[in-house]
Amino acid sequence: MTTQLLKVTNLVKNFELRLNNGARRRKRIVQAVTNVSFAVEKGQTLGLVGESGSGKTTVGRCILRLIEPTSGTVEFEGEDLGSLKFEEMRALRRKMQIVFQDPFASLDPKMTVGASISEPLTVQNVPGDHTDKVIELLELVGLAADHAQRYPHEFSGGQRQRIGVARALALNPALIVLDEPVSALDVSIQAGVVNLFEDLQQRLGMSYIFIAHDLSVIRHIADRVAVMYLGKIVEIGDQQDVYEKPSHPYTKALLSAVPVPDPKSERARQRIMLEGDVPSPVNPPSGCRFRTRCWKAQDVCAQEEPVLLQRASGQFSACHFPET
Amino acid sequence: MAEKVLQIRDLHVTFDTPLGPLEAVRGVDIEVEAGELLGVVGESGSGKSVSFLATMGLLPTRARVTGSAILAGEELIGASPKKMRDVRGRLLSMIFQDPLSALNPVHRIGDQISEMLRSHQDLTHRESGKRAIELLDIVGIPQPADRARQYPHEFSGGMRQRVVIAIAIANNPKVLIADEPTTALDVTVQAQILEVIERVQARFGTAVVLITHDLGVIARVADRVNVMYAGRNVEQGPINSVFDHPSHPYTRGLLASLPRAGKQRLKPITGFPPNMLQPPRGCAFHPRCEFAAEICRGDLPELRQVDDLQSACVRAKELPRIGIFV
Repeated sequence: MTTQLLKVTNLVKNFELRLNNGARRRKRIVQAVTNVSFAVEKGQTLGLVGESGSGKTTVGRCILRLIEPTSGTVEFEGEDLGSLKFEEMRALRRKMQIVFQDPFASLDPKMTVGASISEPLTVQNVPGDHTDKVIELLELVGLAADHAQRYPHEFSGGQRQRIGVARALALNPALIVLDEPVSALDVSIQAGVVNLFEDLQQRLGMSYIFIAHDLSVIRHIADRVAVMYLGKIVEIGDQQDVYEKPSHPYTKALLSAVPVPDPKSERARQRIMLEGDVPSPVNPPSGCRFRTRCWKAQDVCAQEEPVLLQRASGQFSACHFPET
Repeated sequence: MAEKVLQIRDLHVTFDTPLGPLEAVRGVDIEVEAGELLGVVGESGSGKSVSFLATMGLLPTRARVTGSAILAGEELIGASPKKMRDVRGRLLSMIFQDPLSALNPVHRIGDQISEMLRSHQDLTHRESGKRAIELLDIVGIPQPADRARQYPHEFSGGMRQRVVIAIAIANNPKVLIADEPTTALDVTVQAQILEVIERVQARFGTAVVLITHDLGVIARVADRVNVMYAGRNVEQGPINSVFDHPSHPYTRGLLASLPRAGKQRLKPITGFPPNMLQPPRGCAFHPRCEFAAEICRGDLPELRQVDDLQSACVRAKELPRIGIFV
């Protein structure tokens, strides 16, 4: 029996875009995230997949309130984060951490690794000497105690990402948002970092929101998967269901577009080739946002916005003509 | 035996850095056959891009390049800038990861293609303009006549990469080098661009060298594959053989580290890529290799024939040839 750790309801984030077209000043709204709802269970991993501009990173940042959502609620352990004052939110952040994509940009080059890892402890006023804790964290992520005295430039990409993970773990969080945590790493290094995430979850029991565009990594690590397209979740369900019997045409097309590293099966595959590009989130298509690229689109898709409906146990998709 | 359009022999590229000379390419041999699609795989720093930038004569002058690259009977390494300007775009073209920086933002798309045509062929503006529209059509850009009058910022990422391909193939080169052409693109757009590259290859008989770190992309489109590590070729051969029974432990490790269907634990390659200022003695992969023996620390291993593959692993024959895919 699992219990809910995080619940996101009707999350909306609009960014205002000011365009200066000569004499005319126009305001445009970028609908980065529109009515996104999902839940994350304790000790589980939710994979958030989508192409660029799908809003997956914005969702992750709204959860931590690194950016303020336009509307909607985020409940963490039953508490509505939107109602918290600045100081209260800050205290709660010790339970919610984030690891960023670029391990070269997310560490301060002038701070020793030890100082970077202990900074969250200092910020959150954890009393005492943090030396032992830093060593424990370094060993937890597969680095050595004497690495604490060194600087980020002395480490490779994979090692830096481990330092970023150690820093995120410093406060024993219940939730870590992993925003493309292995995308910047070489293939041979990725596997080790993915294994590390799995080991840590098994030992420490935290939940992950794993944001990635790489569907094979998500398939490997996630318990549940939410597929996003132009700011909306088009399909959400258990990993196996979404990958083996996708319900939304977009999920199906996305899975079919990912090349598999096996020449024989790769060449035998029936492929769905989507036409065109993702439309602009400034002016998304009416009705179903995927309809402009969908081979199943009918008139109803332009008129009525499909809602997420249950198609199988725990599997929801937003489509007028679902696959299953 | 197919005709070899490009033969790279014993290519070395050295950069002088504040920390001393860095040999990024350490004796690379690559042969490209007419009309084939050769995949070149390797991780960052393996020398895969630098090898082909050297072949194109596109490295800064401080880079020291030695060796040989023969394209259609002509030596490219050490050729004069004038000669290279004539070769580039006519016999040999290259496209890159970021199509926006490859296009000039203040010129119309059609004019940029025409410029490439007229720099190698004796055409009028009218003829080259017409040909530019045909090329846009070939790479799958809808309403090519209208689109030719637009500027790069009016195109999406995938459409820009199509334009860059149109420019690269304008003079029907013998070899098209594509350096990570889909890495910056979304996966649904990546599929479209790979299809365009395959279409161009089939239609014009252009040999394509596809440089990528993505083994899935290689598996989809390549006829042969060349694996690089630490500035050397470690393995090459027909696509099915390399994926079925790789002979080099590095290739084997790369394939085994990829996540596949199912939840079995991933198998990373231990250790880190080498520091190229001080590459390991002998086989550069030996510090990370589970099969490393004393012999691996000796001389730099050369490619040798192992059944239908060429392998730079000195132990390739004694290592068990376990199929990774059943």
